[in-house]
Amino acid sequence: MGKEVAIIGGGVAGLEAANQLATLGYNVIIFEKKGQPGGHAAQWDRLFPNRRHTSEVINSLKSRLNGNPSIMLSTAISAVTKSGNRFVLATKSKNFEADAILLATGFELFPAEKKEEYGYGIYENVITSAELEEMFAKHGKPVMKNGSTPKKIAFIHCVGSRDEKVNKPYCSKVCCVTAVKQAIEVKESIPEAEVFSLYMDLRMFGPGYEDLYKEAQQIGINFIRGRLSEASELDGGRVQIKTEDTLSSRPLKMSVDMVVLMVGMSPALGTIELISGLGLKPNKDGFVAVADYHLNPIGTGVEGVFVAGACSGPSNITDSVNAARSAAIEIHKYLSK
Amino acid sequence: MVDFGYAPLEIKIHDLDKANLTLGEWIAERDETFKHCIACGCCTATCTAGKFTTFSFREMCHSIRRGELMEAITESEKCMLCGKCILACPRNVNTRNIVKLVRKANQNFRV
Repeated sequence: MGKEVAIIGGGVAGLEAANQLATLGYNVIIFEKKGQPGGHAAQWDRLFPNRRHTSEVINSLKSRLNGNPSIMLSTAISAVTKSGNRFVLATKSKNFEADAILLATGFELFPAEKKEEYGYGIYENVITSAELEEMFAKHGKPVMKNGSTPKKIAFIHCVGSRDEKVNKPYCSKVCCVTAVKQAIEVKESIPEAEVFSLYMDLRMFGPGYEDLYKEAQQIGINFIRGRLSEASELDGGRVQIKTEDTLSSRPLKMSVDMVVLMVGMSPALGTIELISGLGLKPNKDGFVAVADYHLNPIGTGVEGVFVAGACSGPSNITDSVNAARSAAIEIHKYLSK
Repeated sequence: MVDFGYAPLEIKIHDLDKANLTLGEWIAERDETFKHCIACGCCTATCTAGKFTTFSFREMCHSIRRGELMEAITESEKCMLCGKCILACPRNVNTRNIVKLVRKANQNFRV
C-alpha cells in the first residue's frame, strides 16, 4: 500500500494508533513535541484501578518504534493544510506530507494556580495530583517542602472540573478514581497518616473503580462530602482548609500537612490553532469536536482527518487505546477507498 | 379531658405527594440559576453567617425543594447578603438574589 499517515502526538492514543496502522501496512510517522514518547502517562507512577506501574504500559506501546512506525521527538507541528487529497504538516525545519492525519494531541493539566483561593504556587505544601505521582516515583511517598513526612493529607476533588468560575464546566472523569488510588497509596506508604478526601460525588464508573473505593474505606480513608471553598497557610507550612460537611449541613475546617489538588483535564494548548487551518472548530468545552458523538466519535468535519484520545475530551488510557484502534480502522477504510 | 401525656408523633418523612413545591417554581421562574445547584457546599463553607448561625444557603435551597417553606424563609433571614458565596459557587448560582427572592416570597407569596 505504502500510503502515509501522520500522527500528531506520541502519547497513548498516538502510539497505539501508530502500531495498529503499521500492522495494516501503512507508513506511519508520529510527531511528538516533547523529548520523549508516552505523553502525560510517561510522568505517572502507577495506574488505577490495579496500581500497575505505568512504565509497563508505556514500554509496551513504544516497543515497536523501530522504523515503522517512526517518531520524531521534540518536533512540534505548527500548521496543517490540505491540498487535494494530501496533507502538508509544517515543522520549524521542514514540511512533511501525508495521506491522512490523526490528531492525538492529548490534554493539558488544569493550571491549578488559576484557582487562587486554593493557594497553589503560594503555599508550599499545596501540590497537584501530578506532582504527587512524581513524589511516588522518586521517594515512594509524599514529602513536604521541608523534607519531612506529612501525617495528615487532604485530597481535593474537582480542581478545574465542574467549575464555571474557571470556565471548566465539564467533569474530567479520571480524577475521582485517581484520588482514591492516590489516597490508598499515601496510606500504604505512610500507615500512620490520616488521609481525607473532599468530594462532591465519587464517579466510580469503570471496572474495578468501586472496588478501589471500598478498599479505601476499609483502610480508613476519611471521605468528606463537600467542595473546598478556600485554603490558608498556618505557621510551619501547614494548611487550613474549609468546606461544608454537606452531610451534617455544617461548615467544617481542618488543618493538614499537605493538600493535593486533583487537577482536571484541559484542552491541549495549540491544538485549536492547529485545526483551525483545516476549518475545524472546537466543541463547547474547547476540545476537538468529533463528527458524531455516538456513531463517529473519531471522525472530524474534514475527510482524512481523524481524532483519538484526550484531545477530543477527558479520557482514561483504556478510552484512548480503544479510540486509537477505532481510528486505525477508520483510516484504513478511508485510505482503501 | 385528662391529659395522659400521649400525643401523635410528628411524621418526619418527606412526603413528596403532599409537599408544597410552588416556592421553588416561583423562584426558578425569576432566577433560573436556582436550578443549577449541585449541593457542593462551597457557599456554606465560605459563609460568615454560617459560622455563627445555622444558616446554610445549600440547605435553604434544599428545604425549598422538599417543600419546607417556613424553614427556608426563617433561614433566609440569617443571611447578611455579603455575596461571598456568589464568588465561590462553581455553578454560578446567583445566591444573594435567591435569598432576596425567598424573603420577598415571605412578604408577597402565599406559602
